[in-house]
Amino acid sequence: MRNSFIDTLCEIAEADERLFLLCGDLGYNVLEKFADKFPQRFVNVGIAEQNMMQVASGLALDGYTVFTYSIGNFATLRCMEQIRYDICYHNLNVKVIAVGAGYAYGPLGASHHTTEDLAMLRSIPNMVVATPGDPLEVKAITRALARHPGPGYIRLNKAGERTVHTSLPNICSIGASFSINSGRHVAILAAGAMLIPANDYIQRQILPWSLLSFPFVSHLDKQALKSIVETHSFVITVEEHQLNGGFGSAVVEALSDMYAAGEIPRMPRVKRIGIPNQFLAICGTQEFLREVAGITFEGADKYVVVSP
Amino acid sequence: MTRPTNSYQLANAARLTALTLCHTKNASHIGGAYSVVDILAVLYMHILNINPRKPDDSRRDRLFYSKGHASAILYAVLDEMGFLEGYDLKSDFTKDGSFFTSHVNHKVPGVEFSTGSLGHALGVACGSALGGARFNLERSTYAILSDGELNEGSNWEAIMFAAHHNLHRLTLIIDYNKIQSFGRVEEVMQLEPLAEKFTVFGWHALEVDGHDHEALHQALLLKNRDQQRPTVIVAHTIKGKGVSFMEDSLAWHYKSPNLEQFEQAQRELQGVKTL
Repeated sequence: MRNSFIDTLCEIAEADERLFLLCGDLGYNVLEKFADKFPQRFVNVGIAEQNMMQVASGLALDGYTVFTYSIGNFATLRCMEQIRYDICYHNLNVKVIAVGAGYAYGPLGASHHTTEDLAMLRSIPNMVVATPGDPLEVKAITRALARHPGPGYIRLNKAGERTVHTSLPNICSIGASFSINSGRHVAILAAGAMLIPANDYIQRQILPWSLLSFPFVSHLDKQALKSIVETHSFVITVEEHQLNGGFGSAVVEALSDMYAAGEIPRMPRVKRIGIPNQFLAICGTQEFLREVAGITFEGADKYVVVSP
Repeated sequence: MTRPTNSYQLANAARLTALTLCHTKNASHIGGAYSVVDILAVLYMHILNINPRKPDDSRRDRLFYSKGHASAILYAVLDEMGFLEGYDLKSDFTKDGSFFTSHVNHKVPGVEFSTGSLGHALGVACGSALGGARFNLERSTYAILSDGELNEGSNWEAIMFAAHHNLHRLTLIIDYNKIQSFGRVEEVMQLEPLAEKFTVFGWHALEVDGHDHEALHQALLLKNRDQQRPTVIVAHTIKGKGVSFMEDSLAWHYKSPNLEQFEQAQRELQGVKTL
């Protein structure tokens, strides 16, 4: 995903000379191609994330499109007030890029487990929170957010992910969702890189379920949710993030609001898969830690109750 | 409205306006307003390349005001300078529905950036100065910080950044009134040797009397600026300067003047000769 991101950013920077990239002393073997090609528009601000966001704000005030790059929590939690007040309150054109979503840096320990970012960022007005599901979504979302003239966040997994999409998804507006598999009764809504194991699961089990990718956590595709409710009675949300306040919460909130407003005739049963609000203090690969945390489809075909 | 014709008139008029605002609106922070006002007066009267009729002119100098809590005085200066034509500051300050919040708001014409949380504006000024430097823009960037907020680590990130990138068109002015929110600076978090700290961080450091307009003017002149390094002006000031019973007092970080105090302060300020 990070390679897809930087390749796309270089393409955009070629055509848009007002694009800046700042990094917090991270990005070895990733950002060099941008730095070499556009040295005037690249700055390593050092290990100083608060200042990275402040400098980004100062540049954005002058009309630059500024991307910042660092690892998950450092790019977000460390400088949350700068993101909220400097970038989002002033509605500045700054895109926060975080690499290492969820347990992508699993073996490095809890400091590197990015598991609360979506909840925190989606609560901030003006912020577009995006968590792409595969490298092709990264490309499409990077382009879409570069065009969007306000704050944005892109949560990247790491590198080497398989693609789920067979072609570049089309994002005509912020808040798009993508149908990966069209089925009935049960719909899996995946946020971020959980799209890949979700797709593997329904392929492996040969389940006639629907699978959709919902990369825009802050701007859910309400139209798609409405269609899903009309044709499915059971919804599974999946994310590599704490269940408190994350993607599943956003989906349930949206469904509840639509039901209260009479926009959908009934509430579906919703099973949220995610981290049950806990830290993991053990070593493990991303796959292992997902299992331990309970981010798994194990037994999903049993607990799903399909209403007629 | 008669416009002030020199920085002393501007500072005095702004002090009187801020006094009225803090009294009528029961607002705090008049002490820090009076310590910084002479710096603002010299900047706005003599230094900043700005146009009240075109507050968003892209060629303007940029002033990032980190002392967001001392809003009454910045609004008062902007009003005197003609930025607030069509607004009634004395009525609208902190009024329900108005954008004259008691921590400065960028919705107000002439305010570059909203502040209120300390330790943000210097880094933003660095970004602005960096953009200017990378694209050879002529403009200057200024930041005004309080002394207490130098406790914030984010400022030191920015201080290192400015020197590393040789942001010589950036000038930082520190309103060094020696009193912060809950005690004297030397008791809460010692800053001395302050100018020396900046020097070893790679800045060009000056120290001036922050109420001496001539000294401030000289320190701020472009021709006296270092051509390589960012400049810091450590402006030694007095909290509450200009009103006898407010000077050098922690209480006036918080208190708003009652009627008796308002009238006494007004008499003292109206008695000041402004040439």
